[in-house]
Amino acid sequence: MLKDFFPNVIPEDLWEATLETLYMTIISVIGTLILGIILGLLLFLTDRGNLWKNSFINFLTATFVNVFRAIPFIILILLLFPFTDFLIGTIRGWEAALPALIIGAGPFYARLVEIGLKEVDKGVIEAAKSMGAKSHTIIFKVLLPESMPALISGLTVTGIALIGYTAIAGVIGAGGLGSLAYLQGFQRRDFDVILACTILIIIIVFIFQFIGGFTIQSDR
Amino acid sequence: MIQIKNLSKLYQTKHQKIQAVDNVSLNIDHGEIFGVIGYSGAGKSTFVRLINRLEEPTEGSVVMHDQDITKMPANKLRKKRQKIGMIFQHFNLLWSRTVYDNIAFPLEIAGLSKAKRKEKVLELIHLVGLSGKEEAYPSQLSGGQKQRVGIARALANDPEVLLCDEATSALDPETTDDILDLLVSINKRLGLTIILITHEMHVIQKICHRVAVMESGKVVETGDVLDVFVKPQSKTTKRFVQQLNPLEHEKDKLSDFINDRDDSEVIKLHFIGNRARRALISEVAKKFDVEINILQGSIAPTQEGAYGTLFIEINGEKTILQNAIAYMKETGVEAEVVEHA
Ligand SMILES: Nc1ncnc2c1ncn2[C@@H]1O[C@H](COP(=O)(O)OP(=O)(O)OP(=O)(O)O)[C@@H](O)[C@H]1O
Ligand SMILES: [Mg+2]
Repeated sequence: MLKDFFPNVIPEDLWEATLETLYMTIISVIGTLILGIILGLLLFLTDRGNLWKNSFINFLTATFVNVFRAIPFIILILLLFPFTDFLIGTIRGWEAALPALIIGAGPFYARLVEIGLKEVDKGVIEAAKSMGAKSHTIIFKVLLPESMPALISGLTVTGIALIGYTAIAGVIGAGGLGSLAYLQGFQRRDFDVILACTILIIIIVFIFQFIGGFTIQSDR
Repeated sequence: MIQIKNLSKLYQTKHQKIQAVDNVSLNIDHGEIFGVIGYSGAGKSTFVRLINRLEEPTEGSVVMHDQDITKMPANKLRKKRQKIGMIFQHFNLLWSRTVYDNIAFPLEIAGLSKAKRKEKVLELIHLVGLSGKEEAYPSQLSGGQKQRVGIARALANDPEVLLCDEATSALDPETTDDILDLLVSINKRLGLTIILITHEMHVIQKICHRVAVMESGKVVETGDVLDVFVKPQSKTTKRFVQQLNPLEHEKDKLSDFINDRDDSEVIKLHFIGNRARRALISEVAKKFDVEINILQGSIAPTQEGAYGTLFIEINGEKTILQNAIAYMKETGVEAEVVEHA
């Protein structure tokens, strides 16, 4: 039955490509989460009127974030080739896509984190201070938990963008569904392979969205 | 217990300087409920935030138990703040935490073990009357319930002082009364000193022992609540006292009764404390050959006893009338002959 609709699809290849896309997505989402939270916290905390007010560090962080957000992803991959080669030891395969994915999406997520943190009621932070809370208590027990719904929905949006990025990375040799669609589908003109890859990517996106939505709901 | 000396706060913005608190000196006694009243922008919030140094003073000192808060290093200040509870107009609860976990938060900060936290939290939940609401989130509570959580949280580390910034201003009158009653019972039961900021005179009337009136950063008047009520000195204070006494607004309705005749006077009586319960009117009517008409009256309970106002018309022969008025004054009741404005 599947063979009728997708005559050129090799199930083993499709499965392998799906796994690669999943690996790339999951690991880069984790990396993006960490980088984004660190940068977002820095942006927020060093801003005027906040806990670690420091206009120099704020300027540095903001510049870093703005620059890497401005670079188109496809160019970022090329730009990071030497860095990737040094870090991963190769520029081929799904592992090699990770630095570009994380550095591309991290700054984007950092801005979403910053927005989420800004939404936290100043009064709540003040209440924590009035109880004698230390900075790290305020960060980990007030700021992050209070902005959790925004952090999660931001991560969902970023994660979905990341799935798109993995497909782009695939075209220039990172493996995964993007690679399969390009090499087996586009170059050989086997349209059914492209279709199969598209369906799988859509399924992954939906799963991602579902997890994100579910986490936000169970948070309250 | 708390000595505040020459406390000042100057805000410098790009365009202007604002002297939010201007050279305030006050002594607050152990176990009293001290009210600070003033109109919006008078500097009340800034003042109370200077006490636990959420705001750095430009000048002056706040000494609590012989320790100058304004000179404490950061880590010592954090420890001290655990002993200064604070409640807020908008409650400022953590939305991501349940009632239980909100109240446990200051205990986590203080580093108590989980078992000790549990014991204390349950005790506090009981104290503020929220049993059964442990697992509710703030978004599921009414304003009054939220403020109860705020109070429980502020009391968690057994503070010496409780700072209340407009703690009832977001609540309806009935809920306000409930919260005020709770504060009084806590004050009595725990001997807790309370500093309470408000712009509503009836809050002062209902629970404070002493009051300071603030206007553009300065304390313009301070004293026992009853004294301030009966003999307000400054214009601002007079306006606040009028808030409480709706009769003052209707004074002109009395003008028909006020005349230039010698045998009839309109008199305003203030009853203070226990004297408010004396049957003064019938006493005077029995003792003197006068006729008394009661025109208007009101009574307001305070922490130091009731405070009442009564407007009466008194008719009689001139000398008897004078004697009757003198007698009333002798009993300690404030009697004031009302003339045409
Ligand atoms: N962070 C700040 N920067 C500059 N000016 C400030 C700041 N905070 C307060 N002010 C000013 O200080 C004055 C006193 O403000 P404050 O909030 O203490 O008044 P308040 O008596 O509490 O008023 P309300 O009843 O409206 O709460 C106001 O003129 C206000 O604009
Ligand atoms: Mg205020």
